[in-house]
Amino acid sequence: MPALSRPVIALLLLAIAGAALFPLTAETYYLKLMTKIMVLGLFAMSLDFLVGFAGLVSMGHAAFFGVAGYGLAWFANKAGIGALEVSLPAALAITALVALAIGWLSIRTTGVYFIMITLALAQMLFYFFKDQRYWGGTDGMNVFKKPKLAFGDWVLLDLSNRYVLYYTCLALLVLAFLLLLTLLRSPFGRVVVGIKENEGRMRALGYDVARYKLAAFVIAGTLAGLAGYLEVVRSAFINPSHLSWHESGTVLVMVLLGGMGTLWGPVVGALALVMLEDSISSLWDHWLLLMGGFVIAVVLFLPDGIAGLIRSLGRRAPKSEAADD
Amino acid sequence: MTEIVLETRALSRHFGALMAVDDVSIGFEKGEVHAVIGPNGAGKTTLINLLSGELLPSSGSIHFKGQDITRLPANAISHLGIGRSYQKTNIFPRFTVFENCWLGAQSRLPSSFRFFRPASRYDAVRARTERALELCGLSQRAHATAAAMSYGEQRQLEIGMMLATEPELLLLDEPLAGMGAEEAHKVVELIQRLAKDHTIILIEHDMDAVFAVAQRLTVMVNGRVLESGTVEKVRTSKAVQEAYLGEDEAEGEAA
Repeated sequence: MPALSRPVIALLLLAIAGAALFPLTAETYYLKLMTKIMVLGLFAMSLDFLVGFAGLVSMGHAAFFGVAGYGLAWFANKAGIGALEVSLPAALAITALVALAIGWLSIRTTGVYFIMITLALAQMLFYFFKDQRYWGGTDGMNVFKKPKLAFGDWVLLDLSNRYVLYYTCLALLVLAFLLLLTLLRSPFGRVVVGIKENEGRMRALGYDVARYKLAAFVIAGTLAGLAGYLEVVRSAFINPSHLSWHESGTVLVMVLLGGMGTLWGPVVGALALVMLEDSISSLWDHWLLLMGGFVIAVVLFLPDGIAGLIRSLGRRAPKSEAADD
Repeated sequence: MTEIVLETRALSRHFGALMAVDDVSIGFEKGEVHAVIGPNGAGKTTLINLLSGELLPSSGSIHFKGQDITRLPANAISHLGIGRSYQKTNIFPRFTVFENCWLGAQSRLPSSFRFFRPASRYDAVRARTERALELCGLSQRAHATAAAMSYGEQRQLEIGMMLATEPELLLLDEPLAGMGAEEAHKVVELIQRLAKDHTIILIEHDMDAVFAVAQRLTVMVNGRVLESGTVEKVRTSKAVQEAYLGEDEAEGEAA
């Protein structure tokens, strides 16, 4: 169970407050960069639910990110529908169905077989979108029409406004975090965490393990879909690389970097990775080498990721809670 | 008067050429403690794994209260009221004792597809958890991390988790394995208490414990039933004396 000690809660509240005030001072460039970080943070958080809590290491998580993105692209470009209240639930429902299908096929395998089958199924979707003209092929599609939530003339949310988009992403990131925390404290969450700890014993205690794993898979996939939807709103662009195995690998790196099994750590992982990319990619052509070195260093020296470091600092602080996990 | 609650019919399980359980037909009577004894490799644990649904038999069938449960998975068998404990401690090491038993207790909710109310507010589950802790004698240790406890306490927890599922038939696979005399004594007492309102199938090497609790005995050798019946009948059985009890000392030295 994700034990949130008091210093960590204080830190998270501070981070949310900081993020809420950030647009007041930031230039447009950094506002957009921060929006990107929050979207990828949500994506990474959804994967952490799977990897860090359910114990399911998926190498195909980008499939859901991309499917929801193509879903939005279809509504905006093919159907000409800009209503958020239509495109968002529909994109999420399609993503959930795809997650149900992929999960149903892969959930009975474990370990490296699970990694391989999720990878293979996601690559099938990658080629599905890549090989079809209708979906824009390798080039993908521009998605200029931004979703809007409006009742008659009263516009509640217009995501073409970069500030509205920023705060929508922030709100959804916080809501997703609270949702997953709530789930983890519910009977369902106890089962999911128990399965990761000792699957065989859970079965002997009477749990139909596969059904709970499948449910966790669909929940994580649907949240990844939410991130994918926001990603296409943000970047106004979708192409097959959104569901490629590179993307699945990158988000897994964010989870490991940030610290799996914490939910908030992977958001920090997304922040670190994007900031690093932003700062060094313009300095040196071979910046990916530095990035790789950084990731290796974190994995070697901080086995619990950046979140583990933050937590241990919090524990050493004078007023820290002894009862953290 | 007596009623067969669990029955195996010509039950067999082989691993390649090895007949781990070979043509075993036993009726387990309601309310009795039925001990299954035999040398290492006799197929006792395999028998338990077949009864609990963790292994599928190669042939033969298993019936619980008249229902054929041969091909039911372990989780379904647990829900019929058959609980098991493991010879090799099988717990959730990083969870507390309370959380370990909680998972047993929570499994008796009609479903754990309950997403929003905190688990801690399910009072019936809490009550079941506390009852199980009390029974296995770990109430005082509820908040200890399972992995940090002594081996004997982990063995108690092993039984506590099973009891939290409130089974009517218990499959106990060497509950005394590796325990000190004092701990073993406590567990024997616990089995005696449980025997009052449970049917128990007990695998155990400690013959003093077996004779202290069991009404019936089955002796297995090389996957087969050598003798089965009341304690007296088995004790005086020539075949058993020759094949097993007589060699007790030699066995002990070999092991």
